[in-house]
Amino acid sequence: MARVVVDVMLKPEILDPQGQAVNRALPRLGFDGIVDVRQGKRFEVELEGPADEAALARVREMAEKLLANTVIEEFRVRVEG
Amino acid sequence: MSENKYQVDTVERAAETPGTEQPYEALGVKDDEYARIREILGRRPTSSELAMYSVMWSEHCSYKSSKVHLKQFGDKAPEVDFLLVGPGENAGVVDVGGDLAVTFKIESHNHPSYVEPYQGAATGVGGIVRDILTMGARPVAVLDPLRFGPADAADTHRVLPGVVRGIGGYGNSLGLPNIGGEVVFDACYSGNPLVNALSVGVLKKSEIKLAKADGPGNRVVLFGARTGGDGIGGASVLASATFDEDKPSKRPSVQVGDPFMEKVLIECCLEIYAEDLVTGIQDLGAAGLSCATTELAAAGTGGMDVQLDLAPLRDATLVPEEILMSESQERMMAVVTPENLPRFFAICEKWDVIATVIGTVTDTGRLRLTWHGETIVDVDPRTLAHQGPVYERPFHRPSWQDGLQADAPTEERLARPKTGDELRETVLRMIASPNLADKTWVLEQYDHRVRGNTVLAHGEDSGMLRLNEEDGLGIALSTDGNGRYTKLDPYTGAQLALAEAYRNVAATGAKPLAVTDCLNFGSPEDPEVMWQFAEACRGLADACLQLGTPVTGGNVSFYNQTGSEAIHPTPIIGVLGVIDDVARRTRSAFETEGEILLLVGETRDEFGGSEWAHVVHGHLGGLPPKPDLERERQLAEILIAGSRDGMLSAAHDLSDGGLIQAIVESCVRGGHGARVVLPSELDPFVALFSESAGRAVVVVPRSEEKRFTDMCNFRNVPVARIGVVDGDTLDVQDQFSIPLDELREAWTGTFPKLFG
Amino acid sequence: MPARIGVVTFPGTQDDTDALRAARLVGAEPVALWHRDPSLHDVDAVVLPGGFSYGDYLRCGAIARFSPVMESIISAAREGLPVLGICNGFQILCESHLLPGALIRNAGTLFINRDVRLRVESTGTAWTSDYAVGQEILIPIKNGEGKFAADEKTLDELEAEGRVIARYVENPNGSARDIAGIANAAGNVVGLMPHPEHAIEELTGPYPGPATDGLPFFTSVLQHLLNPELVDA
Repeated sequence: MARVVVDVMLKPEILDPQGQAVNRALPRLGFDGIVDVRQGKRFEVELEGPADEAALARVREMAEKLLANTVIEEFRVRVEG
Repeated sequence: MSENKYQVDTVERAAETPGTEQPYEALGVKDDEYARIREILGRRPTSSELAMYSVMWSEHCSYKSSKVHLKQFGDKAPEVDFLLVGPGENAGVVDVGGDLAVTFKIESHNHPSYVEPYQGAATGVGGIVRDILTMGARPVAVLDPLRFGPADAADTHRVLPGVVRGIGGYGNSLGLPNIGGEVVFDACYSGNPLVNALSVGVLKKSEIKLAKADGPGNRVVLFGARTGGDGIGGASVLASATFDEDKPSKRPSVQVGDPFMEKVLIECCLEIYAEDLVTGIQDLGAAGLSCATTELAAAGTGGMDVQLDLAPLRDATLVPEEILMSESQERMMAVVTPENLPRFFAICEKWDVIATVIGTVTDTGRLRLTWHGETIVDVDPRTLAHQGPVYERPFHRPSWQDGLQADAPTEERLARPKTGDELRETVLRMIASPNLADKTWVLEQYDHRVRGNTVLAHGEDSGMLRLNEEDGLGIALSTDGNGRYTKLDPYTGAQLALAEAYRNVAATGAKPLAVTDCLNFGSPEDPEVMWQFAEACRGLADACLQLGTPVTGGNVSFYNQTGSEAIHPTPIIGVLGVIDDVARRTRSAFETEGEILLLVGETRDEFGGSEWAHVVHGHLGGLPPKPDLERERQLAEILIAGSRDGMLSAAHDLSDGGLIQAIVESCVRGGHGARVVLPSELDPFVALFSESAGRAVVVVPRSEEKRFTDMCNFRNVPVARIGVVDGDTLDVQDQFSIPLDELREAWTGTFPKLFG
Repeated sequence: MPARIGVVTFPGTQDDTDALRAARLVGAEPVALWHRDPSLHDVDAVVLPGGFSYGDYLRCGAIARFSPVMESIISAAREGLPVLGICNGFQILCESHLLPGALIRNAGTLFINRDVRLRVESTGTAWTSDYAVGQEILIPIKNGEGKFAADEKTLDELEAEGRVIARYVENPNGSARDIAGIANAAGNVVGLMPHPEHAIEELTGPYPGPATDGLPFFTSVLQHLLNPELVDA
């Protein structure tokens, strides 16, 4: 068993209203010195077998197809271990 | 980062380098248009100026292909005394009585909704709501007429759920009730869905705001969201022409909406209006800062100086050309006197809205933009706003039009159900077909209750809002359009769309007043499409004149096509009506057993473009139903008088699917069956499914039947008793009978099955 | 002198006008409260209305919970101030820990706007005394994150202490144990996903009716302010 993590983030040029709302709230709570906050999604994909290149390719494909909306989002696949 | 390598294209530099090649074609600027720009300026444009001309002279902003036809809406406009602001402003404004006025407008966001359904639809709602806000009004509702490809097509299952969630996600978060619209499927919209959005707002007559920059010395304030790289795919051409490769030259064409920002912006603006702190205001929509600065300057004293580098940015790498073309959402521009600035900023601060003075009104007659001290734009704003190209596009009647119209859905051409069993089966099939089926699955995703003034919403003939809690003054709105009718005959198709929306408003008891239109067509460069457009405009203008309902504003959406295949020409017409007391509204449901069902209007054998021909035979041919606008006017008078005098228990307009569709909807909604006796002079199939215009089914208490039929007879409008509200079965005498539960299951089951 | 019912507006609040109207229709004096203003302006009760405070970004109610007015409301609620959180208001009360549990995405993932039947389970709160236990009422819901969730122990406690104030007759969103609303132990703080302020007038309430089943929430609190001892959760 292996765990692959897919991080999905809005592309840097796409407006992130959620991150902005958090960013604006933080100073009100006394958290200063923050320049920007961006919010994303993390998927943990449990694999039956090892996280070999073929498996990672499959995960990348599922990220491309389903987990991320590649019109506005980008993703990163990494093995957690 | 390569900002240091970016060389700003200044006016000075443009004058010195007349020979510099400019990528105008990639921006959609034609050779002769580019030549005209050079002629206007007496030099080559700077790249920022080129950016501005390209967007301001685009089809979307300049209406260059449609202008000559839209002119008719003014030329043929009926004389009315209630129109406070007509076409040309951000939205029309109508006097609804007392000190109140209403502003409303419809717009399209078709292409973005195909690319990214959620954000496309969401920002479509956001854009039209800002237009309403810009007029000085509090937005109070939205309506969304939608068109998709076939309901069972894979791509429809990508587009529709996203569009619906986007409309709900944005509109619900703004606190605007969604009170109407349509969901229609047709193969012609497969690669090109139509996502139209109508918004309506309310304001005091005395507080109408206009988009003009008056008074030299007044400040130009940009407020709301920061400017990012949204929707500036086109500007990257300029960027790549001036920068080297490692610049993020590929900018997103997808605009992302932030409904929270817009909600805050609405409240902020309304507070600013309440203190009368602006002399002019404009929203930033298509063409963003280019459009806002130009239009404010062109409509005002005539000059404006803007320091573009002061605009707050979300992305520090943006260059002036991109900033000018950015379509980042939720931004507004106001003209404020220096004395009012402190209060203006205090209110922005209260709502956590970023506001920045970026310029000053001048009397120079020039719009001058600087970037870190260097002049990058110096133009007469009127050349951008008003002196764009105007095209008399060639048009001709399509060669196939006659053949299409000759292919009439006669009894010989299309087999019709004959027996009671066949009719019964056809009814169940029709009411379950996607266009006629219950849309609750969609409508439940929209908040129609927020603000607590929604008197009627989805499922009724029109949406209705209370404006005044004390006296009950209200408005009604309906949107309608039928692409199949318009394909068969664009002139009458547009008229039928107006007639239906007009009838729907009257059916709820409101008096139709004014019109907004969203004209969705294929490419204007196709003479056949252009003919459809010209005919539809002519038909609509003639019908508006005859019904006394002026067009107050709207939108043209061209290039709705997949490859060379244009969509059915689809003018969507929104009609606004006024009702003196919403308590006398008429609903469509059959509520009371024993009351009398009357059919008002004349039924003819009319199946061209009908839902029946579409669903059962996949056929489109012949002529659409014949519009009779004088009859529509009389019918409306009857429906309004029936409501005012308390004669009506229910009323439902007859349109797609004909009489039986209306009866089924009213039965299921009211939870009562009906015993129906079809008029003996009519063939039962024709009586049940014909889509003849100018008709409604109404319910009256027995005690009112004579008074109501007398009223119809007096106006020479045919009226026939066709049954009684009764039991838990729909029984059509001598033909068939269907239990209410079976009707409900057929009618309501389709959408959950398709999309649930 | 009529009772003063305060209604808080956060940036992104939508149903404040509706809640103010409800207060007015039952004869109370509606008082608008602003999120940045810590003063409660001598109100006798507070409604946290529906909407999308701060866009409901991060988590529903998560940012609103830290506004100055909430600090005041949290301490006043602990002293017995009647507080009704509707929809987003309920979410804020949970984020504030005045009420247990959380509201999460609906089982069907979609936003649902529908008139739903509720069964009143407890009348021993400041906001429900004008109903009868077991009474079925028709109240609209409109939310995307209205599924009530809590651990089993908390749910058991809520049940045992009679703090479930209303349940869905037909569960629309997968809420644990069909819960539509709950109260705190003292009965002065109530959170409710459905919107009683949208069921207060024949003209605008649920159709077909009954259209005004929401009114007793607002009349109850007036009764409570006259006879506070009636509350016994």
